[in-house]
Amino acid sequence: MKIFKTLLIIALAAGFLGAADANKIVVDGSTTVGPIAKAFAEYYMKLNPGVNITVSESGSGNGAKSLVNQSCQVATMSRLLKLNEYEAAVHSEVLPVVHVVALDGIAMIVHPGNPAKALTMGQIKDIYTGKITNWKQLGGPNVPIVIISRDTNSGTYETFETRVMKGEKIAKNCEYVGSNGAVRQRVQSTTAAIGYVGIGFIDNTVKALLVENVMPTPETVKDGSYPIARPLYMVTNDYPKMGSHLYRFVTLYLSKKGQAIIEEIGFIPVTSY
Amino acid sequence: MSDAVSRLRRLTALILKGFLLLATALSLVAVLLIIAYITRDALPFFKLRGLGELFTSTAWYPSGRPPEFGALAILVGSGLVTLGSILVAVPLGIAAALALSDILPYRLRQTVKPVIEILAAIPSVAYGFFALVIFAPLLQNRGGSLLAIALWLIALPLGLLLIFMVTDAATRSIGEDMASFARLILAAVLAVILVRGLLALSARLTLLRIASGTNALNVSIILGIMALPTIISVAEDSLQAAGRELREGSYALGATRAETLFKVVIPAAGSGIIAAIILGVMRAVGETMVVWMASGNAAQIPSPWFNFLSPVRTLTATIAGDMGEADQVTGSIRYHVLFALALCLLLTSFIANLASEWVLRRQKRRLGGLK
Repeated sequence: MKIFKTLLIIALAAGFLGAADANKIVVDGSTTVGPIAKAFAEYYMKLNPGVNITVSESGSGNGAKSLVNQSCQVATMSRLLKLNEYEAAVHSEVLPVVHVVALDGIAMIVHPGNPAKALTMGQIKDIYTGKITNWKQLGGPNVPIVIISRDTNSGTYETFETRVMKGEKIAKNCEYVGSNGAVRQRVQSTTAAIGYVGIGFIDNTVKALLVENVMPTPETVKDGSYPIARPLYMVTNDYPKMGSHLYRFVTLYLSKKGQAIIEEIGFIPVTSY
Repeated sequence: MSDAVSRLRRLTALILKGFLLLATALSLVAVLLIIAYITRDALPFFKLRGLGELFTSTAWYPSGRPPEFGALAILVGSGLVTLGSILVAVPLGIAAALALSDILPYRLRQTVKPVIEILAAIPSVAYGFFALVIFAPLLQNRGGSLLAIALWLIALPLGLLLIFMVTDAATRSIGEDMASFARLILAAVLAVILVRGLLALSARLTLLRIASGTNALNVSIILGIMALPTIISVAEDSLQAAGRELREGSYALGATRAETLFKVVIPAAGSGIIAAIILGVMRAVGETMVVWMASGNAAQIPSPWFNFLSPVRTLTATIAGDMGEADQVTGSIRYHVLFALALCLLLTSFIANLASEWVLRRQKRRLGGLK
């Protein structure tokens, strides 16, 4: 009994000591920015073994919520906080400071066997509102279009809704999935599908379409010619104390190594070393 | 024994009884609190938007400007998926329970039953992952042929059984020497009709193109498989509990195995079988991960309503998917509508439980003094 009691006390003490650690960073938020945060975390933890960084990807909306509830130190988001999220933050005495860590484009992807090559913004909107329902209306085979969208938790969805849908409602038969990876997985296995993902998620299992005759590449996003582009954010509560681990993690994107990591994942860095 | 010892014994008994009472009260209180909190947070939605929109409109646009909260398509989706899983799990489950308890040899039962119970231990997210990554593309690429194979597997044994019963009934009035010949002819004719019908139907099915593999059929099959271990375990246990004496008495009276099973054993185990079905169905209704990953999440009523090949959205997946946007401070109506949906789920399980209670009570009254 006595041994049990002492073990319990030691365990509790260890738990408390661990919790009071300033070397623990919790990151939560977008599935688009998640890979960047994970790569940064891996690199940073290798340089500083005493630091523990955990990265979750539950959606930009969840990230903002966690930041406001102070259950994470960094919220990765692929959209800005909404007005009511800013209000909630102020209400909870959280001061969101936004860092633009990279640029991203949203690519429209189809199955590699789909003969489609290019779409206009108007055509994409018509597909997603349900005005165009069959690939033959776009010059393709007589197959009904399977539209795939991100769920409403997602910053990618918000960007698509504002830049492409311009507030119009998506058709009722649209399928919703939970992450960029899931969109790619659905499109690569469904010949009639069309979906949208961040540029970093294009690989040789899907085909990216030209939008307004512009290919989604880092160059076209940076010079603004690709119409569906957006910045990617990391949001902290107040500017992190300079020199602290949080500060060094969050400003990694300004370094040469940070730029290399971002380019490797497939996004567009804000620096140009 | 001395006074002090007996007083101590009575005190210990009292304390233990109190402890058990506390445990029961705690679980009751927990359930009541859950109901209270869900209702409390669901009412503001109805106060703000009324009862009509949620139950009659199919426009689900919670992030739209202005937002619309029509959950009719979602309710239909949940119902469709539950119906599908019942169709898959109940016949299979009851048949498997029957086979395990009365037909298969004992040694086989001892090995098969633990394997079925392992199926129940597989986490639902594993099922969901399988449904999304393997089953959905399979349905898209080879859906027609899969459906054709399923048709053969189900219709052939049932058809043959039907042929036997029909030929038996039809030749009952004919004399003994003619009977076997007539039965043979009739059976051959019916069998040819059956096989040709199945061939034609399966040829048409093979040509079917399934546009999207994440649909109600996918989810119904997977949910049916998930509910199977529960139904089989509980039904088999209650069939076993009917007892050897009952079966031996029936055989002693000259009944065949089929008559014993269908007219004696199953009615005796009836309440347990119904309990098994309700448990399995409840597991299917409350399942979230599988439907969120593999049902397509399209808030539409399929046209026609029984078109299992179209993607649907269920209550559970909607709550899980929209949770992130529904913060209490920032999105109040979106927060309350999710609780309204949860209240619908709660009411469904209440009604199912009440229905099962009613059926069981009727059964007990009918069987009267048997148990």
